[in-house]
Amino acid sequence: MSSQALSQNQEVFELNLGPQHPATHGVLRVKLVMDGEYVVDAEPVLGYIHRMHELMGENRTWAQYLPNMGRLDYLSALSYNLGYVELVEKMMGIEVPERAEYIRVLTTELNRISSHLLWFGAFVLDLGGFTPLLYAFDDREQILDLLESVTGSRLTYCYYRFGGLYNDVDDDFLTGCTQFLKRLRSRMPMYHDLVTGNVILRQRLVDVGPISAEMCRRYGATGPVLRGSGVNYDVRKNEPYSIYPELDFDVPVYNECDSMARYMVRMDEIEQSMRIIEQCIAQMPQGDIMAPKVPKMIKPEVGDYYHAVEAARGTFGIRTVSDGKNQAYRMKLRAPTFCNLSLFQEASKGMLLADALAFMGSLDLVIPEIDR
Amino acid sequence: MDINLVYMVLFLAGIIGFAALNAAYLVWVERKGAARIQRRTGPSEVGFAGLLQPLADGAKLMSKQILFPDGIDKPLFMLAPMFAMIPAVMILVTIPFGPVGFGPFADFMLVAREMNIGLLMIFAFASVNVMALLLGGWSSKNKYAVISAARAVSQDIAYEIPMILIAITIVMTTGSMHLSTIVESQAGGFWNWNWLPLQGNLFGPVTFIIFFICSLAETNRAPFDLGEAESELIAGFHTEYSSMGFGLFFMGEYANIVIGAALTTILFLGGWLSPLPASIPFIGAPSVVWFLLKMYLLIWTVVLIRWTYPRVTLWSLLNLAWKIMIPFALVNLLGSAALIKILPMLGL
Amino acid sequence: MAGYFKSILTGTKSLVTGLKITQAEFFRKPITLQYPHEVLVMTPRYRGHIQLVKNPETGTHQCISCGLCQKGCPSGCITVRGEKREGVKGKVLVQYDLDFTTCSLCGQCIENCKPGAIEFSLEYNLASTRKEDFHYDLLARLEEQK
Repeated sequence: MSSQALSQNQEVFELNLGPQHPATHGVLRVKLVMDGEYVVDAEPVLGYIHRMHELMGENRTWAQYLPNMGRLDYLSALSYNLGYVELVEKMMGIEVPERAEYIRVLTTELNRISSHLLWFGAFVLDLGGFTPLLYAFDDREQILDLLESVTGSRLTYCYYRFGGLYNDVDDDFLTGCTQFLKRLRSRMPMYHDLVTGNVILRQRLVDVGPISAEMCRRYGATGPVLRGSGVNYDVRKNEPYSIYPELDFDVPVYNECDSMARYMVRMDEIEQSMRIIEQCIAQMPQGDIMAPKVPKMIKPEVGDYYHAVEAARGTFGIRTVSDGKNQAYRMKLRAPTFCNLSLFQEASKGMLLADALAFMGSLDLVIPEIDR
Repeated sequence: MDINLVYMVLFLAGIIGFAALNAAYLVWVERKGAARIQRRTGPSEVGFAGLLQPLADGAKLMSKQILFPDGIDKPLFMLAPMFAMIPAVMILVTIPFGPVGFGPFADFMLVAREMNIGLLMIFAFASVNVMALLLGGWSSKNKYAVISAARAVSQDIAYEIPMILIAITIVMTTGSMHLSTIVESQAGGFWNWNWLPLQGNLFGPVTFIIFFICSLAETNRAPFDLGEAESELIAGFHTEYSSMGFGLFFMGEYANIVIGAALTTILFLGGWLSPLPASIPFIGAPSVVWFLLKMYLLIWTVVLIRWTYPRVTLWSLLNLAWKIMIPFALVNLLGSAALIKILPMLGL
Repeated sequence: MAGYFKSILTGTKSLVTGLKITQAEFFRKPITLQYPHEVLVMTPRYRGHIQLVKNPETGTHQCISCGLCQKGCPSGCITVRGEKREGVKGKVLVQYDLDFTTCSLCGQCIENCKPGAIEFSLEYNLASTRKEDFHYDLLARLEEQK
């Protein structure tokens, strides 16, 4: 039944959730058809923050497109930076010095932790708990300070360059990272006591918003949403890039398929990212941070290229077609939350309004990335 | 002129002042407390430690325009905020705060107008609060507000049952609905208070906790603030209210918290009685100070709870009421009734 | 039935644990910075808007008006104009405007600059109600710094 037909039925009513609503974290609009407290149909309406990033990629030189990468998913901008520079390096055949690779992985994982911490806080805020958000912000602030001391910005990073990095890290940064890891390790039990173990939270998450692995596959959901449904797929392991094959880390997978599983995947990923950062600090080699020969003008061979990385919210892939000029002929960005959101309409049918919003929070949506 | 009438008017003014002051400064306590819990500083600009902030907020609220959205039911829309505040003041009239306890007027009872069926009257007026939410939500012509009103009503009805069941137990063991009598029956140290089973209240501590939780749910406080769940329903039943319409809802909420805590204090924590036997000089003396101390301790717990837990859903809220609290309250009622019969037989 | 009571007990325990944590945090010191009263010092790599570097020897900028920053800028927010003058080798910078409203602080201009004539400033206290306030004349700004 279409939402039009449903609204003519007197038993149901339409509820316009957003584009300005506290639970949608940005400008997502969801057209809900409700039967009392139950969601009959939920149709996400996109486009309120569309900025034509793909078209911008076709109108700018390869280097000029770099800052756009910090503005897709502004919470884990470095993963997107990484995806793009690795694509260009793949096209041009540029070898990146090892030290640069290590710093890239280290900073990306730091960014992943900060993204998950913010999600954790915002998610509990969606559920009505205010305080964990501020605790998570406290920890996240430490990461932002660390990244600011290296990259110069706090949110929309533009740090990686074709063939290396914008600038090198110093020992202060590395000791800062070690200290931060120690601090976060001591804070994680507090988070678990305060939030994970809380009976109210468990009641709201366990068995709420089941997504089967089959549904994930149909909609192309990736990242923690997919891993919470029992599918062990992580681009870092399955299509390794950078120096991830040399690092020892696990991919957390939960089989429960509910919101709690997605919550636990992200909490475990924080721990795994901490392990990766520790290894990066221990194994960090000396040397250059820029490849010796990076062409001044990037003009890739004619061809069709694709590269994917594991961003904090799932697989971020760029497919680009080059016609040999200094601009892309076609730039296609595959944003993970777009696919993750698309299953909301099917999965939220029959849920309570409160559960539907908890479920939406567990998908970890970043609206500028959905709209691009 | 009847001296009693003068007393009553004075007390009424005092009660309204008390309610307003509490509402204003509990907001300050809440904001400051929440800030410290979250490692922030909270209001700090207006006056020392932001102490004048409630006055500034009040002045701001009063100077705002009252908005009437299109298509609302205007009389009901205007009536609802009054329904939120008036019952709260009415209830406060009957609550005895205890004797002054020190100084020249040590035995002077601080109560506006006590009744021998005080408890009954409190429950009667507490139910009117639901009307405020229902009318406010219904008349605003806002879908979020209507959902919120429906939630608030089903929640309040579910929670009134265990609350009254437990109050009945206390009435049974004390043999009175007169609040002062209930307090006086708990005399002789904290082990004689109703929260322990010594007075015949079988599951003493459990009933205390259930009553406290019910008073949270009755006042729509977190984690039971389904009616104004801000991440789901924007602001629930008062979404469309502005200026003092919103202000009255807000003050009514805090006045209700005060009532809930005061009632819990009277029924379970011995009201104005000292936790030590009255034979101990000074500390053992009953005083309004004890009453306020206990009451504000409970209120602080309410604040702490709000800033710790996520919100429950409607179903788990009703489950909690119907599957856990009402069975416990019922068993406690029957058990206490039996205990009242058995205890005299054993010569206790 | 045993499971019923057990779930009540574990639930209550988790709630009490939560209260203990928040009550303990209540007694700890706030960590926030009271912004207008206390001001942060930015790290040296902080990216504020760009500014011209002052050469300590000559006391002026090092710009050669090549225009590479203008060409490399993704948002086209830089306007550079140089003039040929008699007796001076190369061009003389007469205008260096930055439209900060469209700048995304990517740093392309700084990387493109061969003589190292521009750098990021540490300014972050920027607020205005008019967008014209963010059209900077960097040459004039450099003059003011003297």
